[in-house]
Parts: sequence; C-alpha cells; structure tokens
Amino acid sequence: MKITQLSLFIENKPGSLNAVCQILAKNNINIRTLSLADTEQFGIMRLLVKDWQKARDVLSAAGVVVKVTEVLALPVDDHVGGLATVLGVLDRNNLSVEYMYAFTFGKGDKAVMVFRFEDPDKALEALEREHFDVIEGVELFH
Amino acid sequence: MADSDFVIENRIWNPAAETMKVSEIKDLQLRRLRETVEYAKRVPFYRAELEKRHITGESIRSLDDIRKLPFTVKQNMRDNYPFGLFAVKPSELARIHGSSGTTGTPTMVGYTKNDLKLWAELCSRFLVAGGLTPDQITQIAFGYGLFTGGFGLHYGIENVGAAVVPASSGNTQRQIALLRDLGVETLICTPSYALNLAEALEQMNLNHGEIALRYAHFGGEPWTEMMRDAIESKLPIHAFNNYGLSEVIGPGVAGECAARRGMHIQEDHFIFECINPETLEPVAEGEVGELVITALGKEACPVLRYRTRDLASIYRTSCPCGRTGMMMSRVKGRTDDMLIIRGVNVFPSQVEEALLKINGVTPHYLIELYRPHNLDEAVLKVELAPHVFSDKMDEMIKLKDRITRDVTAYTGIHFKLELVEPNSLERATGKAKYVADHRNLKVE
Repeated sequence: MKITQLSLFIENKPGSLNAVCQILAKNNINIRTLSLADTEQFGIMRLLVKDWQKARDVLSAAGVVVKVTEVLALPVDDHVGGLATVLGVLDRNNLSVEYMYAFTFGKGDKAVMVFRFEDPDKALEALEREHFDVIEGVELFH
Repeated sequence: MADSDFVIENRIWNPAAETMKVSEIKDLQLRRLRETVEYAKRVPFYRAELEKRHITGESIRSLDDIRKLPFTVKQNMRDNYPFGLFAVKPSELARIHGSSGTTGTPTMVGYTKNDLKLWAELCSRFLVAGGLTPDQITQIAFGYGLFTGGFGLHYGIENVGAAVVPASSGNTQRQIALLRDLGVETLICTPSYALNLAEALEQMNLNHGEIALRYAHFGGEPWTEMMRDAIESKLPIHAFNNYGLSEVIGPGVAGECAARRGMHIQEDHFIFECINPETLEPVAEGEVGELVITALGKEACPVLRYRTRDLASIYRTSCPCGRTGMMMSRVKGRTDDMLIIRGVNVFPSQVEEALLKINGVTPHYLIELYRPHNLDEAVLKVELAPHVFSDKMDEMIKLKDRITRDVTAYTGIHFKLELVEPNSLERATGKAKYVADHRNLKVE
C-alpha cells in the first residue's frame, strides 16, 4: 500500500523549521519520520504523519507550501547487505528511486526505509509481484 | 586664470566650438533646430506629430519655440522597434547600438558614418578636458557590445590620437596586469569598478609607483563627490565625470573640465531643457528637474525633446576653463523606477516579464541591491508559487536555474536568486515596493 507523504518548502533561515514543528505540535500531530533535503538557501522537508489531511490543512492555512506525494515503505534486513538486496530487486524491475530515507524505528528485526519512486503505482505492482512485504500505513501509525 | 582653479592642465580639444560666444551658440542652435525639425519629418512618427501641431522648421522662431515640439519617450522607441524612428535606410547605417536586455522589449539606435564621426568628436572633447593627450595609452574597462559606453569612448580616444587597450569589462586581475605592464595612463570604467580595482591593487600590494595611471573618466552610473574623494585617495588619479545616453547619441553629451565645477554641455549639438516631470513646465535655472534633450545634426536617429528621466540641474555660468556652454550638475536621481546595476540599465518591469513567463502569473518579488567590495550585487527574492513546488530537489534546482537564466536574458544582469515562502515579502500599501537598494554610494 502506498503511504501519503507531505513535502514542505522551508527557507534556510533560523527558526523556519521550528515554526513548522510548532504548528504540528499545537494541532497534536506526531511526526513519525522525516527527511530534510537542503541547499544553501532553501530546503524540502518530507514528513510522514498519521493524519496527513489535517496536517496539510493546518500547514497550508499557516501559509506553508505543502505538496502531497505517495511513497512506499519497505522493510530492509538490518544486517550487512540488507539495503543492497532491496535495491537489487528495484534494479531488476527498472524502478528508479527519486530519494529515500530511513524510519526512526524498525519493524521486528528489520529497518524500514521510505522510497519515493518516479511512478509509485508501477513500483507497488512490481514489488507485489516480487512478493515483497510492502508495509501498510496502519502498521506505521499505530 | 589662477592655476589653482584646475586639478590638471586646462586643455580644450575644439576651441571654436567649445568657447563660442553664448549669443553665437544660441544662433547656431536655432538654425540647427530648424533644420532638425525639417529633417525629423523623414521619420513617420515625427512627421505625424509635427503635422498634427502644424509645425515646420520655419515656425520655430526662437529657441523657446522648442516647447511647441512633441516629447519623445522611451516607449516610442520600443513601439518603433527596430528601425521605426530611423531617418535613413538600414543600408545607410554604419553602426547599431541598443539596450542591454537580450530579450523583452529592446530599443535600438543607429549611426551613419557622419554620426560616428560626430560622436567621436564629442567624446574627444570631454576626454581632452580630462587630461587625454595623443601620447597616452588608455584602457577601456567598459563592456564592448550593444552598450554605447565601450565603443563610444573607443573611437573618441582614437580620434584624439591616443592608444586604446580594449580590455572590456570584468577579470580584475587581468585588468591590473594590463594597467601595470602597458603603462596605462588613462582608465575608462564605472566609478564603482574603479573602487573595486583599487581594492584589488591593495590586496596585490602593488604600490602606486608601479602603475602609471593619472586620469580616469567615469560614467554609466550615478556617483558622488564622496566617491570621487574615496577613489582619488586609493588610486593616483584625477577622476572626471561625463554624461550621455544612447537615446541621444551615447557618452559625449556633457563632461567635466579641469576645473570640475559641473559638466559642460556640448551645446552646438544638444539643446537641454530641464522640466518639472509632473507639470512638464520648465524649472528655474539651477533647480533640479528632468533633463529633456534635443539632438542637433544627427543623421540616423534625429531625436526631439527626449525625456531622459534623469534628474539634474542646468545653469549658465562662467568657467575658468573658458568653455561657454551651459553646464549640468551630477545626475541626482531618476523620475522612473529604472535601476543602474553594474552600469546596466534595468527596469523592474523586465524582471516581471521574465517571471510572468515562468509562473503564468507574476509572483511577488523583491530586488535587493548591495555593494560589497564596491561592486553591485543583485539579489532577486521570488515568492514560490505552490503549484510549481516539487518534493524533488533536482526539480527545484532546475526551477531556480530557469528563473535565473530567464531573468538574466530579460535584464542582462545576473541576479542571485532566492526562492522564498509565499506571502513572506512585504506587501506595499500604495506604490508597490519592488526594490530595496542598500547600495551605499558614499563608499564603505
């Protein structure tokens, strides 16, 4: 199952990250995981939250630029070569990864990685065909 | 005259023209104005305007009658791009110059062989007034190109008989190497670039004994007496101011003499008016107003009463140098929102045009200007439109690059682009605030 991710435009200046987190805190929204890509002048904050509609609405209302995208969460064996194995499967299926980041917690003895594919539907289909254990949103936001 | 009147030896290139009696200048101006009015009828735009007002050369009875003539504004030149305001066929042209932007709405000006000769003559006058002699080597650090600064000065210097090093703009290390190795005595550039060169010389520990520089002619951007003091304290030169604009010919319209008490207007080829930009009525002599210039005796592009948008004062006074032409003050400002960045003229509307093309709507933006190390730095802040935001960094970098490239194409200026959050830029109440100019003309 695909998971909904929110991407936020953040200016690279003191306080701008905090401002976003304050909004989420005030609205009782917990960040499950996040990644930050940044340049000298601006950054893109991608985050996963349980109630993404609410998060999107409160952030947009506060004037934050928010984009909704779909990503996949995949379990990765937490030992040497674990990620390489997963990437091997992706390569074999010609799935190109735009970017990826790790979850702050694992699933059993596995780590969890978030993947942004160019075409999430095609990726999901291919991974299911490979009998890959694509993690459900509910499992992440229990 | 006391020698103390002059910072350098007083020299005059064309005494017959430059020291003509005021009454003779006025007679000459009236005769040439009549001819210019008749000649301007070759241009359909002027013919229509003059016929509407029933004006012929003969109906100009005194110099005050110039006020019967129509104004020319920059927009008329844009509307008639490229050759609509030219009085000669393209085949008769010898040179074409124009505004700096490579896209957008440019303006073009043309020169016949005679125009080029006249232009070189006019440049020679202020160059010689500011110390140029035939034995010197001069370095031009103005950009060569559509901009009139580089080529205008180039031919003026050659006309005097001096040698030109056409260094063009940029590459400070090479400029300094040329100055030093070739024994350059006269430097041509913008005043802010001269300060930049001075700073670089300091860093290279070159002492003034190692360079032969003695004179400099500055133009292309506004500057102040304080900047002159700063430049002359850092470089072993006497700096001279000159004035001109491509719409009437280029540099050579007015320039300082050895007494440096204002710029002498080349009255045998230009009639200056100074008006209140609101009422369009003349202001009192010596008061600041908008300069309006009529060019006399040009072939390719006759121009009647061009509204320069430059604010300055004009006055008649006797100068110890012996020149008799009317004088003008430094340019004190603009009546429109034109910016001069590194000597290039830029309008905020050019930035708007570029942004409109990318976003579909003009986003809010702010142009910030700084002058670190005496060189202009232009920052463009653009509010990010939510619909163009991407979660992929490469797409955001591409967007930024594209905006930067397009704005450069429209303005000729490289802006350091910053994408900012929507609604983060100040919203102006009343007159929109698109520019924050933090450049300090008074020098660090």
